[in-house]
Amino acid sequence: MKKTLFTLQFAFTLAVCAFLVVPVVLSVLAGLTANYFIGIKSGLTLRWVGEVWDGYQDTIYLSIGIALACLAVTLVLGVPAAYALARTRSRLGRLFEELLMLPIAVPGLATALGLIVTYGALGSFRTSWTFILVGHVLFTLPFMVRSVLAVLSAIDLKTLEEGAASLGATFRERFFHIVLPNCRNGILAGALMVVTLSVGEFNMTWLLHTPFTKTLPVGLADAYASLRLEIGSAYTLVFFMMIVPLLLAMQAIAAPRTRRFARDDGKLETM
Amino acid sequence: MTLLLPAAIFFAAFFILPMCRLFLVGGSGAMGWSAYAAIVTDASYFKALLATLGVAAATTVATLVISAIAGVFLQRHRFPGKSLMVSMLTLPLAFPGVVVGFMVIMLAGRQGLIGVVSQMLGGDNLVFAYSLLGLFMGYVYFSIPRTILTVMAATEKLDPRLEEAARSLGASPWRVVCDVILPGLKPALIAAGAICFATAVGAFGTAFTLATNINVLPMVIYTEFTLSANIAMSAALSFVLGAVTWLALAVARSLTGPNVAAAG
Repeated sequence: MKKTLFTLQFAFTLAVCAFLVVPVVLSVLAGLTANYFIGIKSGLTLRWVGEVWDGYQDTIYLSIGIALACLAVTLVLGVPAAYALARTRSRLGRLFEELLMLPIAVPGLATALGLIVTYGALGSFRTSWTFILVGHVLFTLPFMVRSVLAVLSAIDLKTLEEGAASLGATFRERFFHIVLPNCRNGILAGALMVVTLSVGEFNMTWLLHTPFTKTLPVGLADAYASLRLEIGSAYTLVFFMMIVPLLLAMQAIAAPRTRRFARDDGKLETM
Repeated sequence: MTLLLPAAIFFAAFFILPMCRLFLVGGSGAMGWSAYAAIVTDASYFKALLATLGVAAATTVATLVISAIAGVFLQRHRFPGKSLMVSMLTLPLAFPGVVVGFMVIMLAGRQGLIGVVSQMLGGDNLVFAYSLLGLFMGYVYFSIPRTILTVMAATEKLDPRLEEAARSLGASPWRVVCDVILPGLKPALIAAGAICFATAVGAFGTAFTLATNINVLPMVIYTEFTLSANIAMSAALSFVLGAVTWLALAVARSLTGPNVAAAG
């Protein structure tokens, strides 16, 4: 009885794995096959990847550029904000934290339309890549703040800072030598999340982009709609090669961390 | 508190202000403020709303059932190849909606695997990627990875002794699932379900990749904005859409406590 139950559940889980992985494998194969309609026997080729590279490499550069700029902005805005939120824990702080999460709950389409009706008339801003950057920062900032806040709430920040202050450390010294090193893991996890989400963001970007500011997912949508299956697949393959290393890195650092200098009540929030 | 200021200013300028503008623009069209009621008074918008909510509800139920079975199984058993399975199940975690749409095309599109297999079995070329069914499949694909992770984390926190106690008192496996495991997982399932639902209601990329004639609300908003240039109506509809997704998450949070957030 127990054995059959195990086998059934195993088979079910395996089927779910297949549902998720088979299309990925098919798409990778299609991107490397000379003619997908005929099949693998038509031969393997890098021709499609080459065509994608020739036609769309600027979208790849733009996506990487926006992701890095987005990371820089979320670090500058998010880490100090998370620190302030961890220190205050007031009602106002809670409210701000709540508000900050809204761009994740509200569909990207609505956020993008809001930006367009408010700032769309500012021509040079509307047509620049920074217009897309603003949308990406809105969407990724909550992840950076939450990730850093989770680490900061798990350590006894107050005691650490008081200790340093009693030894004569200034606020600046405490922030850079006590706070930042302690939330390194949170910053790293948040940074990977921010870059991954920014590289893949489409819902907002599709409305925010112009013909001169096409990101990778925008190019993907273009290719899916108008080009042959092999090129769409090759383009997807390029996207996978960018995103999968980020994912693996995220899984690696999400592995259980060792207990750090924990608060007295023993409450240790994990992410 | 001054450290909050940069983030607060950015947020006020680029989110609070635009959302207020969006609300005002929504009422500035030919219909005036009744544009906000159009989602229920206009037959075609209302139909799109029903289709959107229907696909989202179906996605939520299917994703929760699939993820609960696979997630509990993976957390409760040790066997060779398990970590590989977990990696495979979380691989699509960072795929955007457009790519998920393409995955559906690989499976159920005109040159898709399902069609090839159905033809080999002597049937017709089975193609359903470019319909509501394809959209449903895409949303389930998108939601399974994050939901399985939530279920696994929640299962880890369940006390296995409760299940042993139930078994030793003679409960059948089915009773153990219904009376011990499911109640224990309930908060996690509600939270994950709300995220599934909210993402399926608001997502745009998958529908965009699959077909432009799938009438779900995000596609209607997009069409109103680009093809009809009816900015007021698209603003009103997207404001309502945002309210629906926010409400779904807020209700879930009030039921389960403060750990709900969406992604995607």
